[in-house]
Amino acid sequence: MNKFLDTLINGYEGGLKADGLTPMQKVTLRAVVMGVLFYGLAVLEGELMRMNAVTPGLFDESHYFAIMTVHPIVGIFGSTYLIVFGAFTFLVPYLMKKPLYSIKLANWTWIAIAGGAITSWLGGAIFHYAPLYTLYWPLPVDFEQFNPIGGFVFVLGIAVIMLGTLGFIFNIFATVFYTEEGHEKRPLKPLILSALGIDGMLNIWYKITGREPYAKEPAVSLPVVAIFRGTVDTFLDALVILTCGVLILVYIVGDMSGASLDYTSINALLYKNFFWWGLDLIADGLVLIYVAGTWYLLAMLITGKKLFMQNIARAALLLELIVSWMVWSHHLLGDQGQPNIMKLLSGEMVTAFELVTQGIAIFITLVTLWSAKPLVMDNRVKFLLAGIFGFMIAIPAAILQADMGLNRILHNTQWIMFTHVHTALLIGLTMTLYSAIYTMWPLLTNDIKLYSQKIANWHFWLHLLGGLGMSFFMGMSAMGGALRRYIYVDGEFNIFMIMAALCGAMMMFAWLLYLYNVIMSFGVKGLLGIYTPSKLDTKDMMPAEAA
Amino acid sequence: MEDSASVLGLLKIVYTIYVFSVMSLMLWFAKGVTNPEGKPRIVKPATFYMYVGILISVGVSIHIFTFNKIPWVETDFKRHTIEKDPSFDKSTQMFNIIAHQNKDKSSADYGKQEFVLPADRLNADGQLEIECHKYIVFDVESNDLTYGFGLFRQDNTMVAQMQVGPGTRNDLMWQFHKNGTYHIQSTEYSGPNGGRHMKIANAVVVKGCEEDDSRSMIGDK
Repeated sequence: MNKFLDTLINGYEGGLKADGLTPMQKVTLRAVVMGVLFYGLAVLEGELMRMNAVTPGLFDESHYFAIMTVHPIVGIFGSTYLIVFGAFTFLVPYLMKKPLYSIKLANWTWIAIAGGAITSWLGGAIFHYAPLYTLYWPLPVDFEQFNPIGGFVFVLGIAVIMLGTLGFIFNIFATVFYTEEGHEKRPLKPLILSALGIDGMLNIWYKITGREPYAKEPAVSLPVVAIFRGTVDTFLDALVILTCGVLILVYIVGDMSGASLDYTSINALLYKNFFWWGLDLIADGLVLIYVAGTWYLLAMLITGKKLFMQNIARAALLLELIVSWMVWSHHLLGDQGQPNIMKLLSGEMVTAFELVTQGIAIFITLVTLWSAKPLVMDNRVKFLLAGIFGFMIAIPAAILQADMGLNRILHNTQWIMFTHVHTALLIGLTMTLYSAIYTMWPLLTNDIKLYSQKIANWHFWLHLLGGLGMSFFMGMSAMGGALRRYIYVDGEFNIFMIMAALCGAMMMFAWLLYLYNVIMSFGVKGLLGIYTPSKLDTKDMMPAEAA
Repeated sequence: MEDSASVLGLLKIVYTIYVFSVMSLMLWFAKGVTNPEGKPRIVKPATFYMYVGILISVGVSIHIFTFNKIPWVETDFKRHTIEKDPSFDKSTQMFNIIAHQNKDKSSADYGKQEFVLPADRLNADGQLEIECHKYIVFDVESNDLTYGFGLFRQDNTMVAQMQVGPGTRNDLMWQFHKNGTYHIQSTEYSGPNGGRHMKIANAVVVKGCEEDDSRSMIGDK
């Protein structure tokens, strides 16, 4: 017992020595640890909803849909944004071999996103504000159903998250382009060409025309290109969400001040196009681009080799960026007012290119890994392979749904929510992030030891099988007509709901195991120490001895 | 003629096979990449370009296949021509339905969300009666929220759906080729008062077909 308590407090084999962490390590760990905690809240919310599907009435309907409203806010912004932004805040300067533009701003970024996510969550938890994340006009301003104060709190939280996001974006772009003190002025042109991946395209063109490569050593490494490109979408997305948030706030303030505004002055279909254009930049833009970039980075770090077909990979990332701006109509295939030509071109054809761009990323990553065989099946490799596997299942499901024929019978069923979205997020994205966390573990913790590899293995299998099982059973219910955002009270799909809830419980247990493993590795003292100011006055990534 | 049940049945089989194939591929890869025996084979750029070609072909082929095999896609594209054809009789083939939320605070049904079927078009059982093989248009109007309009069988499987946006055109053209009785229910969340509360059981009955929809019959109807 004493040994257990000692490990719990001080960590495994001495645990995390917070005093020895640089400000960069601390700010990264703060965001990542907070993101992992938010992930636990999202899993808990998800499991509560699965349980309500098994025993309807567990929550009253307004409460249930309030959980459903805050669930993606907590999962995407609270968890994924924090983990991804935290990791990229470390990786961009690490890969560019220069300090982060502003550590202070990085601290404000994670605080704003975490604070905003909590604020939004309170809007749902206290006031049961429940227009869901899609915010279809005029539902967010329907004060016949929702309390305007709840709306104000919820939207305020989202606005703060977006401000934090803009802080991250500024820091990343500034880090790529600024010239650090004492360094020779970095020319802007090669940096811009490289960050946008245009040098990759020029290299291909020069090769075709029999010339020497345009840039033998690109100014910006490939993972940074992916982060840069994804961040362009993050910026556009933040602007759109902020604009919609301001619009909703205007109506809320109008209602609260007794001067209600007429919601028919906003064209619902136009608003839906605008909102989905922006929101889709998360799903089809930054997630896919960031994920591709993370796979490339992990493949290079794991193998120590250059990426297979790296010029193509650079060009594909630019293609992915452009594709992500033109695919939003697949969300409006069920809207009869949407012109057929937009459904056909944007909704079907351009969307199908995501199969190509993501397929290229998968192929390049797998071939790069294969070129370095034999690899050890450590946590980095197995979580990476599982992440790739998740996207291999999730992407074709989306392409099928983005078909005018199939959309007519799949739209708003559980197919899109589970066979596509949750497979992509829980297996594809989350397992990729776990791989990234295990890869960055020695860099961020000054190489402390993991408490238990056995627990890490249990975490892996429970998460993978739980995620896969939940997607399978919910997908099967969709084939039987089960709608998302719908409470079935007569046991219509009970067997699938029970099995999905069990799989959800497996995922929750997996997260608890992971958390336990991290706490026992770091020690409570080390974990809390992350949130105290660093005692090292340096802009370096790691302490000199660890580096 | 294909219906949603047969299309989804095929999708279920194809996707399950696909998922198992991907699982097998990843297991093979995981085993191979850790195997100390044998040198890694160099993958030629030609293989990569062939793979990209296959991806493009698959992405495009899915849509070409469904356009040719799923009958309602062509209907969607041609519905304006069909509606203008003299053989299309709006008085019997078009049904105007309203989706709305009760905003009358003095009403006992304040906040209630519902579909209102055209009273003059209902049969003695209070249903919309539809003739087999005829093009039918469900024209749904909303002046407040975004709803969904879905037709469902007795076993809960979906026949078809569309979104119902306020102030926009929401007209679904459909052909039924089997006898059956169908529910209307909202497929889009419009607040806690919508969803499951917006269901009209057995609202549509199709008659005159050679074949019955075994999933959607009530007795012989």
